[in-house]
Amino acid sequence: MGSRTPLFDAHVALGAKMVPFGGWDMPLHYGSQLDEHHAVRRNAGVFDVSHMQPVDVTGPAAKPYLQFLLANDVGKLAQTDAWTGRALYSCMLNERAGVVDDLICYHLGPQRYRPVVNAATADKDLAWMQERAAGFDATVTRRDDLAMLAVQGPSARSLAEPLLPASIRAAAMTLKPFHAAEGDGWLVGRTGYTGEDGFEIILPAEAVGALWQGLLDAGVAPCGLGARDTLRLEAGMSLYGQDMDEDTDPLSAGLGWTVAWQPPERHFMGRKALAARREAADLPRCVGLLLTGRGVLRAHQQVLLDGKHVGEITSGGFSPTLERSIALARIDAAAAAAGEVAVDIRGRAVPARIVKPPFVRNGQPKIDL
Amino acid sequence: MSDIPADLKYTESHEWVRDNGDGTVTVGITDHAQDALGDLVFVELPEVGKALAAEDACAVVESVKAASDIYAPLEGEVVSVNEALDGAPETINSDPYGEGWIFQLKLAGDDPAAGLLDADAYQQVVEEEA
Repeated sequence: MGSRTPLFDAHVALGAKMVPFGGWDMPLHYGSQLDEHHAVRRNAGVFDVSHMQPVDVTGPAAKPYLQFLLANDVGKLAQTDAWTGRALYSCMLNERAGVVDDLICYHLGPQRYRPVVNAATADKDLAWMQERAAGFDATVTRRDDLAMLAVQGPSARSLAEPLLPASIRAAAMTLKPFHAAEGDGWLVGRTGYTGEDGFEIILPAEAVGALWQGLLDAGVAPCGLGARDTLRLEAGMSLYGQDMDEDTDPLSAGLGWTVAWQPPERHFMGRKALAARREAADLPRCVGLLLTGRGVLRAHQQVLLDGKHVGEITSGGFSPTLERSIALARIDAAAAAAGEVAVDIRGRAVPARIVKPPFVRNGQPKIDL
Repeated sequence: MSDIPADLKYTESHEWVRDNGDGTVTVGITDHAQDALGDLVFVELPEVGKALAAEDACAVVESVKAASDIYAPLEGEVVSVNEALDGAPETINSDPYGEGWIFQLKLAGDDPAAGLLDADAYQQVVEEEA
């Protein structure tokens, strides 16, 4: 049996199909994954993401520590220690420039940051972060007392508004994308993993039941991991363990945009190896694929050009919004310019077109079908 | 609780088999199978005219989650396939024993129930999986 979030009983009562995920028992869907997907694209859905792990990083050297730990630069969050309430997506790299994990780091205030890491990697991440903190006047604290909901979709923010603590309601409603507001132990970020507008809300575990029920009562659809995966795939967002891992550098995983090379004097974990990788002739590309033939693209299927292997699908599936199959693939740079490739689906070479993710944003297709 | 009609036969791999009484059988996947797979989004049908041995993988159903092989329950030749599933694979979710049928076999042998499970035995299979 896996760990349970505070909402486990609520999921079971709603008829969720519970599955093991990253050491947790989590809802896969509550009946129809497709309906949940569409609810997020068209109205609003809520995901229990309490399996994800908030970590507080505090102290006089919190900022320099994170500037060493992360490939993106928390210096972008604030030029001074003044609080901006901004959030930053980053990879955390090892010495070989492999991805230990990806995370969103919220800036909570002067000398206070909150990275949120993946569930399956949380123990490894915490150990890694503690070890790297040696020599910095910074404290790394695992926050097991918190729960987390993602409420996503075009109506998500307005439906969530009355349920937010009065002390942060006004601030939360005026947040720009990738900013966050904090108060009464709640952190409300205008962030997400679906390609839609919405909030990710980190709050005391004892308060999550009322927020969950309040959202359902307001007509927000409960959504499981299944819809979360198809939504993030349509949004062209990477999934740790699938699109990248400790043996994949962020440049090869299509995450080069998250690496802050400036200023050149900032030394971060993995920088040296990554800089060498950047010059490598065999650096592959991460591309989107749209299946033009029949079938469904899946992770680990081989990508072919003129009958020759040129790469592999890292994430694939059916896009409910486009009603076509889509994928993220890592392929040879030379093949990335091809336009048309084929994918080996059970021994058949099925045609697919190379496209630029995202596939869908804010309910709208972003590629030509 | 999944629906297991008493008038059908079943396989351990979750196909159902309807004896049409004329030397042919109709094959689909059970209510339990469609529920476990989740929303279906693609069906790869067998070729009409193809000769199959019992337990040959002959079709594929793909849900939002994963691809799953469909096996021939008996030896025979494919005489028809449900082409309506091409545009509406979700029919298998909504009506697995009716409009969601997948293919029909003309049997090589005489026994349309050879080696198959009855509803009670299939119920056991489902319960043991749970």
